[in-house]
Amino acid sequence: MSIPVLEIENLSVSFMTRSTEVPAVMDFSMKVLEGDAMGLVGESGCGKSTVALAIMNYLGGNGKITGGTIKYRGKDMSSFSEKELEDIRGSEIAMIYQEPMASLNPAMRISSQLIEVPILHEKITKEEAWKRSIDMLEKVNLPDPERIMNAFPHQLSGGQQQRIVIAMALLSKPSLLLLDEPTTALDVTVEAGIINLVKNLSKEIGTSMLFVSHNLGLILETCNKITVMYSGETVETGEINEVFRNMRHPYTQGLLRSIPLPGKNKYEAPLRAISGQLPLPHERPQGCNFGPRCPYFEKELCSVNEVQMQAINSKKLHFSRCSKINLIDWNKKIKSSKKVGRKPSNDILLSIDHLSKDYDVAANVVFGGKKKGTIKANVDLNFDAKVAETLAIVGESGCGKSTFAKVLLGLEEASSGRVDFENKNIGEITVEERDKKTVSAIQMVFQNPFDTLNPSHSVGNQIIRTLEKVGVGSTVEERRQRMHELLDLVKLPREFEKRMPRQLSGGQKQRIGIARAFAGSPKIVVADEPVSALDVSVQAAVIELLIDIQEKFDTTMLFISHDLSVVRYVADRVVVMYLGKIAETGTTEQIFSPPYHPYTEALLSAVPIADPDIKKRQILLEGALPSPLNPPKGCVFNTRCPSAISGKCDSIDPPIQKLKNGHTISCHIDIKELSKKDNVFAQ
Amino acid sequence: MEQISSFEIWYTFFFQLSSVWIALFITFSALFIWRKNLGVLGHLCNSPIGLVGLFIVLFWVFGAIFADLVALFEPFEQSGRYRRKPPGTINAELGIPYIFGTDTLGRDLFSRMIYGSQIVLLIAPAACVVAYVVGITLGLPSGYFGGRSDTILSFLANLVLAFPVILLFYLLVAPGVRETMLPNIMAGVFFLFPIAFALMVVYSRFSERLNVLIPSFIIIILVGSWLYSGLVFNADPLGLVQIDPNELNIFAAVVFASSPGVFRLVRGLTMDIKTRDYVAAAMTRGEGPFFIMIWEILPNARGPLIVDSCLRVGYVTILLGTLGFFGLGMEPESPDWGSMINQTRSYIRLVPTIVLPATLALASFVLGLNLLADGLREESAKD
Amino acid sequence: MLVFILKRLFTLFLTMLCLSFIVFSLVTIEPNLKKLALNQANMRMEEEAVQTWLEKNGYKRPLLVQYSEWLGNALTGDFGYSTHFKKPVNDVVWPKLWHTGILMFWVLILTIPISLLIGVISGMREGSKTDRALSVFSIITTSVPQYVSGILFTIILSSWLKLFKGVAKAGNITFENFTLPVLTIVLYDIGYIARMTRASMVEVMNAQYIRTARLKGMSFISVVFKHALRNALIAPFTVIMLQFPWLLTGVVIVEKLFNYKGFGFLLVSAADQNDIDVTLACGVVAVILVLTTQLISDIGYAFLNPRIRFS
Repeated sequence: MSIPVLEIENLSVSFMTRSTEVPAVMDFSMKVLEGDAMGLVGESGCGKSTVALAIMNYLGGNGKITGGTIKYRGKDMSSFSEKELEDIRGSEIAMIYQEPMASLNPAMRISSQLIEVPILHEKITKEEAWKRSIDMLEKVNLPDPERIMNAFPHQLSGGQQQRIVIAMALLSKPSLLLLDEPTTALDVTVEAGIINLVKNLSKEIGTSMLFVSHNLGLILETCNKITVMYSGETVETGEINEVFRNMRHPYTQGLLRSIPLPGKNKYEAPLRAISGQLPLPHERPQGCNFGPRCPYFEKELCSVNEVQMQAINSKKLHFSRCSKINLIDWNKKIKSSKKVGRKPSNDILLSIDHLSKDYDVAANVVFGGKKKGTIKANVDLNFDAKVAETLAIVGESGCGKSTFAKVLLGLEEASSGRVDFENKNIGEITVEERDKKTVSAIQMVFQNPFDTLNPSHSVGNQIIRTLEKVGVGSTVEERRQRMHELLDLVKLPREFEKRMPRQLSGGQKQRIGIARAFAGSPKIVVADEPVSALDVSVQAAVIELLIDIQEKFDTTMLFISHDLSVVRYVADRVVVMYLGKIAETGTTEQIFSPPYHPYTEALLSAVPIADPDIKKRQILLEGALPSPLNPPKGCVFNTRCPSAISGKCDSIDPPIQKLKNGHTISCHIDIKELSKKDNVFAQ
Repeated sequence: MEQISSFEIWYTFFFQLSSVWIALFITFSALFIWRKNLGVLGHLCNSPIGLVGLFIVLFWVFGAIFADLVALFEPFEQSGRYRRKPPGTINAELGIPYIFGTDTLGRDLFSRMIYGSQIVLLIAPAACVVAYVVGITLGLPSGYFGGRSDTILSFLANLVLAFPVILLFYLLVAPGVRETMLPNIMAGVFFLFPIAFALMVVYSRFSERLNVLIPSFIIIILVGSWLYSGLVFNADPLGLVQIDPNELNIFAAVVFASSPGVFRLVRGLTMDIKTRDYVAAAMTRGEGPFFIMIWEILPNARGPLIVDSCLRVGYVTILLGTLGFFGLGMEPESPDWGSMINQTRSYIRLVPTIVLPATLALASFVLGLNLLADGLREESAKD
Repeated sequence: MLVFILKRLFTLFLTMLCLSFIVFSLVTIEPNLKKLALNQANMRMEEEAVQTWLEKNGYKRPLLVQYSEWLGNALTGDFGYSTHFKKPVNDVVWPKLWHTGILMFWVLILTIPISLLIGVISGMREGSKTDRALSVFSIITTSVPQYVSGILFTIILSSWLKLFKGVAKAGNITFENFTLPVLTIVLYDIGYIARMTRASMVEVMNAQYIRTARLKGMSFISVVFKHALRNALIAPFTVIMLQFPWLLTGVVIVEKLFNYKGFGFLLVSAADQNDIDVTLACGVVAVILVLTTQLISDIGYAFLNPRIRFS
C-alpha cells in the first residue's frame, strides 16, 4: 500500500487562554490516501476547522498541538522548520476558506494575488506566472480572464471570488486541498457550480481533498470517505456509502435524522432533533462525550471508561466510537407522532395584490452624484395566504423575500399595490401608525439568533415588554404569569427569565424569539430563515417547535427560506421568487414535481441531499445573479436560464401560465414542454 | 533654614496620604472579592495595565475627597519668608515641612497640588457628563433618523471640530467674552440637554402609563429648573447651587469643545446598532423611536462609550491644564494644576523642582485614565 | 471623482465661510472693541466718547455688514492693520507663518516615520512583548501634554545637562535651537499616530486575507510588506491629516513655552493684546490650514482605497 498523503494520529490541539487550556481537538485520527476526497463533518465548535488549520500548522498565537502526529507523505510535520512549512504551504497543501471576500486582499489586484503563488514556489518568471494564472482562471470557468486579472476583489461577485480562491489554491497543483466550508457564504445555485468545479478539477489535477463542512449532503455529493467529529474527537469514519447505509454511531444517526430530505414532508418522515447541546470543551463528560445527548445512553456502559474506536467493517475502513454498537437496533424506524391530513382552512387571511416596492439609491454611494438608481425589490407580487397554512417564500439572496416581509410588518411602505389583511390595506401603513390589534396580529421570527435578542436586557423583561406592547395583561404580575406560560410553550425552564441573552445558546435564543413572536397570539407569523444560522441538530428541534406552536394557535406562517429541503418539510404552499418577481407558485407537491419553472428546477437540483439512495438530475446555472439595480430585460431569469429562447425571453416579460389548483408558472416556455421534464429526484 | 532629608520627605508624603491608602485598599479588596459580579470592571482584574490605571485614577479621586486630611497647609496660605523653597524646607514657626517646596508666593506646593485635584476632578468629569448628555441627546436621533437634520448637525459638529482647540479657547474664554452674556447663553443651552434627556428617558419608558409619567415629569422639571437657575443664572432661590462665573465660562467652553466628538461617536454607533434584528423586533412590536433609541440602542453602545469617556476625561483634563497654562479662565491664584504650572514655570532655572508637583500630578492622572481606558477596551474586546 | 472633489470643495467653502464668521463675531464683541477704543484713542475716555469712537470707526453697523466688508477686503488680500505692531497684518502674519512652517516641517519629518514604524511593529504581532512595551510607551507619551513634557525636557536637558537652551529663536535653523520644541511636539504626536497605526495594523493582521497569504507559503515578513502594510496604512493617513488641529494646538503651546516667535506665538499674543485684525487673520489662516488638510485627507483616502476608487 502506498504512503497516505496525510495521516493524522491521535492529534490533540489546545488553545491557551489566560486562565486555562481549552482542548479543541482530542485524540483525532484520520488518513487521506492518494486521490481520496475525505469529508470531515460536525457541528460548529466540534473542532473541524481547527483540524484543517493544524494540518497547515497555522493555529495563531495561542493554539498549540499538544499531542499526536500529523504526517504529510510519511514525514512528521512537527519536525519541519518554518522554512520547510512555508515551502509546503500553497504548493503541496493548499486551502480554500469560508468567506471568499475576506480571503482576498482588498487592496491588491487579482493578478498580483495569483501570480505570486507560482513565483514564490516555482521561481518562474512573471510572464509565465501570468500565463499560468490566465489558464487557471479559464479552468475555473471565469469569463474574460484578462479583465478579471486586472480587477480588485470588491468588483467581483461572491461566486467569482470563490472561483479565484480556488484558482489560487490549485495554481501550484497541490497534492492535498483543504476546503473549510467553501460554499457556506454562497447562494445554493452558486454553491452547486462551485462544488461541481472542485470535484472535476481535483480529479483532473489529481489532488486529494479534505472537505470540512457541517452539511452532510454536500459531503455525500463530493467525497468518497467521511469522518464524523463530535466535541473534538472522531466518532465514526469510513467509506461514504458504507457509513450512510450502515451507520453505527448514535450521533451520526442523530445528525441524519435531523435533516429534512427534499423528498419527504413533515408527515412522512418527522425530524428527530438531538436533545441538549454540544458540551463546552472544559465541560466534557466522563466516558462518551455524546453520552448526555444520546438516546441509547446507559450509565454503566457509556460514562465510565473512555470509549475507543472499534472496527465495524475493516475492508471499508469503517470505525465507530460507541460502546453499544452491538446492543442497538440500528434499523429501527421512527414513527411520526403527527396526524396526517390536518388541512388548513380555505379562508383567505392575507391577500397580496400587485404589490411593488422600489428603493431609490444613489448610484454611487461615496462620490454622490446626481444619478439615482432604483432597486425594484418587489415587482407586482400576487398571492394569498390562508388561515393556519404555512406559506413558504423561496429564493436566493436579493430575490426580495425579506423586503416583502418588511412591507408586511410595516417596517417599509409599499410603493404600489395592496396588502389586504382583515379588510384593510396595510401596505401603506407603517408599524408606527398601525393600531395595537394589527401590530400584535403580525409578528416575526428573525434569522440571526445572535442578533434577535437585545444583549442588554434579561430574557424575561424582553418578553414582558412585548406583552405590554401588544396589550396582554393589565398588571406586571399578570404579564409575568403569561411570560412563564410562554417559556413553557417554547420548552424552556422558567428560570430563564433572569438570564441575559449571552448566557443562552443559539437554539435557546431562537426559542425566545419564537416565544416573543407568539406573545400576542398573532394571526400571522413571518419566519425569516429562522433556522439557517443554527446547527442541524438544533434546527430540527426549532422547526418542530415552530410547527407545533403554529398548529396549536392556528396561525398562518410565512416561512421565508432558501433551503428547499426545509421548505418541503414545513410548507403547505410555496412562492418561488427570483429578482423581485414571482417565478412559480403552487402547493408544495406542485412545486416539487414537474412541470417546473426552469429556476425552480435549478434550485431543486442544487440542493445537496444526504441520502445515498436518491439520485438527482444536475442542472447548473451559468453566471452570477444580476444586480437588482440593473435587472435583465424581459424575463429576469433569462441570463442564467438553460432553456432561454433568445429574442423572446430577453425582451418580452413572460406570461403567467395558470395551471390547475392555483399552480402558476411565469415563463415563455409552453406548459407542455415544461411537463415533459422528469422529476429532479429519483429514488 | 532647616531641611528634612529626602527619606523624611517621602515618609511624610506617605504618612499624610494614609487616608487615601486605606480607601484604596478597601476599594481594591472589594473589587477582588466581588470581581465575578462586577461585569467589565471585574474583568479588569485580569489586565495589569488596567489595574495600574484604575489605581492611579482612584488615588487622585480619594486625594480630592480627603484633601483636608492630606494637605499640610491651606492652599492659599502665603509666607513671605518661605518663597520658592526647595522640597523639605521646614516652616520654623509652625514646625511643618514644605515637603514639595513652595512657590513664588510661599505657598505649599504639596497642599496646592492636593487641593488642585479637587478642581480638576470636579470640572473635568462634570463637563464630560454634560458633553455626553449633549452628544447622546443629539447623536441618537441624528444617527437613527438620518436625513436633513442629521446633515446639518453633522456639519455643525465638523465645524467645531475643525477649530484648533486653542483658538476656540482664546475666543470663548477670553476676559472680554465674560463681560458679555455669551457664557451664560452657552451654559443655558447646554444645561437644557440633561433636562430634555431625562424627560426623553422617562417618556419613552412610561408613555402608556400616565400615573407614572406625569409625576416623574413634574419632579424632573422641578429639580431641573432648580439646578438650572443656580447653574446658569446664579440665582438659586435656596442658595445651595452656585457656580463661579469663571468656572461657568470654562465649563461651557469645554463642553462646547468636547460634545461634537461625543456626538460623532454616538451617531456612528447608532447607525451601526440600528441595523440589528432586535431593533427591528422592537419596531415590529410597535415601539416608538424614542424607546428604541434609549432602551434598545443606547445600552448596547455602552462599551465603546465607557472606554471613550475615560479617554475624554483625560483629554478634558489636558484642556483644563492648557487653559491654566495660558492663564485663561481660572482665577490667577487658583491651585488647579494648569494654573500652577503657569505660576511656577518661569522659575525653573532657580528651583527646577518647583513645577514638578503640578506637572507630574496632571500627567499621572491623565496617564491613569488612558491606561484604564486601554485595559477596559482590551477586556471588553475579549468578551 | 471630479464630482466628489467639487462636492468636497463646496462643503469646504461653506465651512470656511461659517468658521470665519464665527471667528469674526467672537473677536469683534463689544468689550474687545471698547478696549480697542480706549487703547487707540485715549485711555481715560468717557463711556460716551467710546461709543462715538466706535460709531466713527464703523463698529456700530450690523455684524453682517462689517463681516462682509472684512471678507471683501480679505479676499483681495487685505487683512487690515495691526494695532500692536503698527504695520499691515500681511507683513506680520506671513513671516511668522513661515517660521512655524519650518518648525512643523521638522516635526512631521520625524513624527510620521517614527510613529508609523512603532505602530506597524507593535501591531504586527499583537500581544507580544514588543507590542506591550511599545503600546505602553505610546500611552505614556499621549498622556503627557506638551506643556508638561516641554517643561520636563527643559529641566532635564537644559537646566541639568546644559545641552540646549530653554528658548528657541525663530528663523534660526540649528540643532541646538530646534531640538527642544521639536522633541516636545513630536513625542506627543508620535503616541497618538502610533496607537492609530497599531489598531489598524492589528485589524489587518487578523484579517482572513493575511491568513490566505500566509497559507500560500509566504513568509511572515513578506506578508507584512506585501499584503498588510498597504491596507494598514490607509487609516493612519487620514489620522495624520486629521491630526492637524491638534498639531496646531501643540505648536501654539510649544511656541509660547519656548518663546519661539512663530504663528502660534503671534496668535496668542495678538489675542492677549486685543490686536483684533491680527487675531482675525490668524484665526482664519488656522481654519484654512485645518480644512485644507481635511480635504487632502478625504481625497487621499478615496485614492488609496481601491474599494472607493473603483466603485
